[in-house]
Amino acid sequence: MSKRVLSALFMLVNFQIFDLCAARSSEVCGLREVLLGITGKDFTIIAASKAAMRGASILKINDDKTRSLNRHTVMAFSGEAGDTVQFAEYIQANTQLYSMRNGIDLTPAATASFVRTELARALRSRNPYTVNLLLGGYDTASDRPSLFWCDYLAALAPLPYAAHGYAQYYCLSILDKHHHPDIDFEQGMKILRMCTDELKRRLPIDFKGVLVKVVTKEGIREEPYEDDKPVKAP
Amino acid sequence: MDALVAQYTADPFAHENPALQESEEYSEVLPPLSLKFALPPISAPSSWLQAATDDHANPECPIKIAHGTTTLAFRFKGGIIVATDSRATAGNWIASQTVKKVIEINPMLLGTMAGGAADCQNWLADLGIQWRLHELRHKRRITVSAASKILANLVYSYKGMGLSLGTMITGVTPTEGPALYYIDSDGTRLAGNLFCVGSGQTFAYGVLDAEYKYDLEDAEALELGKRSILAAQHRDAYSGGFINLYHVKEDGWVRHGFLDQNPIFWETKLVKGEFSNVTSEL
Repeated sequence: MSKRVLSALFMLVNFQIFDLCAARSSEVCGLREVLLGITGKDFTIIAASKAAMRGASILKINDDKTRSLNRHTVMAFSGEAGDTVQFAEYIQANTQLYSMRNGIDLTPAATASFVRTELARALRSRNPYTVNLLLGGYDTASDRPSLFWCDYLAALAPLPYAAHGYAQYYCLSILDKHHHPDIDFEQGMKILRMCTDELKRRLPIDFKGVLVKVVTKEGIREEPYEDDKPVKAP
Repeated sequence: MDALVAQYTADPFAHENPALQESEEYSEVLPPLSLKFALPPISAPSSWLQAATDDHANPECPIKIAHGTTTLAFRFKGGIIVATDSRATAGNWIASQTVKKVIEINPMLLGTMAGGAADCQNWLADLGIQWRLHELRHKRRITVSAASKILANLVYSYKGMGLSLGTMITGVTPTEGPALYYIDSDGTRLAGNLFCVGSGQTFAYGVLDAEYKYDLEDAEALELGKRSILAAQHRDAYSGGFINLYHVKEDGWVRHGFLDQNPIFWETKLVKGEFSNVTSEL
């Protein structure tokens, strides 16, 4: 399929998102949860909010909304309660099974393709998963970081930086301005800080900070991230 | 008996208080502050209007109000920056790309336009009238605080009747210095240092908050205002067209152009390397 047809399809799908989200509550679509992804020269950063929210309550303040799929791919998820972890762990189990059977990991792009297929298959079944995803990875074959954005309608897009939920509205403009493809890790974390500061400043919901996972050539690691500094609005 | 007497007797004090009489005549000449605006001649105008204009609930609604905008204004060391996009939309239709969303109320005051275009134009023009009448009557200029309150009280008197406007009133007066007020049709009136209003507000806030400080130089502040509008025009489907830039200073406002978004976007991308998710090669 040509690029133009793909991008046209992508736009159609996006319009549908807004319609469906208007009908559903912001909770079902996971709009209140924060997922951020940033790639740089030799790394991918994935950040996911730590609050587990149901209705008017925050049930947990150190929730981990990520799963490691193999040595170089991590998946962050938001959306309908229950669906999220079920889907993520199903994908995790199957990618790990693939690695064991074949003695080689799927590349991040292959993993993303697999995830999308599974989500699309479920979407046309009687019990679809309402899950939004970010797939961060490092492709050891081409020596490049990779980031995929996938929504619950199984629209997949490779991007240099990405976000899900209301965070898109605040963070994409910051990333548009401050992101460059060849940034180093320190610059990447600085941009992430700009994003989380802005969310603290303007989002009416307390998302209890973010959990940060970093994927490099060496694998996946959790990056300590200071969250308790108050941010003042001008 | 008293009634009969009163009927044929002139009031002996009738001419003793001409000031009162004058002020009564005077008050009849005053422009009506509220509720003199024609309403639909039916029992529940607000719910009727809501049914006729709410295109979210009913896409076939007969009146489509022009919504969707990005406007911003912020206070800094050198005065106030006001910037807007220029797109007017009615539903998914782009009705115009060359709207002037900064309303020059007079040489001292600027208002921005978000929400219903007609509501904004009408009531900000009305504010201009009130401002001038105040100046003539009292021989001094009204403060921005008072001007914004006239508008806030007026829209509040129409609350629930379907007015739609989100505006920022800015100006510099000797008593207040640079002043910035946010007013919307709910009746909210807020003084502040920085506001973004409209469907693209979040995108503008993102860029603006990250680099805003009060001690900005004039050129830096203008550039930041321009870049914040560009960010919103790029990401928000209901914002676009041109960037309308103003700088409000002590001796009045200065216009810094009506700048086409497109060449600015490509310059920002190709020269500064921003917007790295947009591909430029075929």
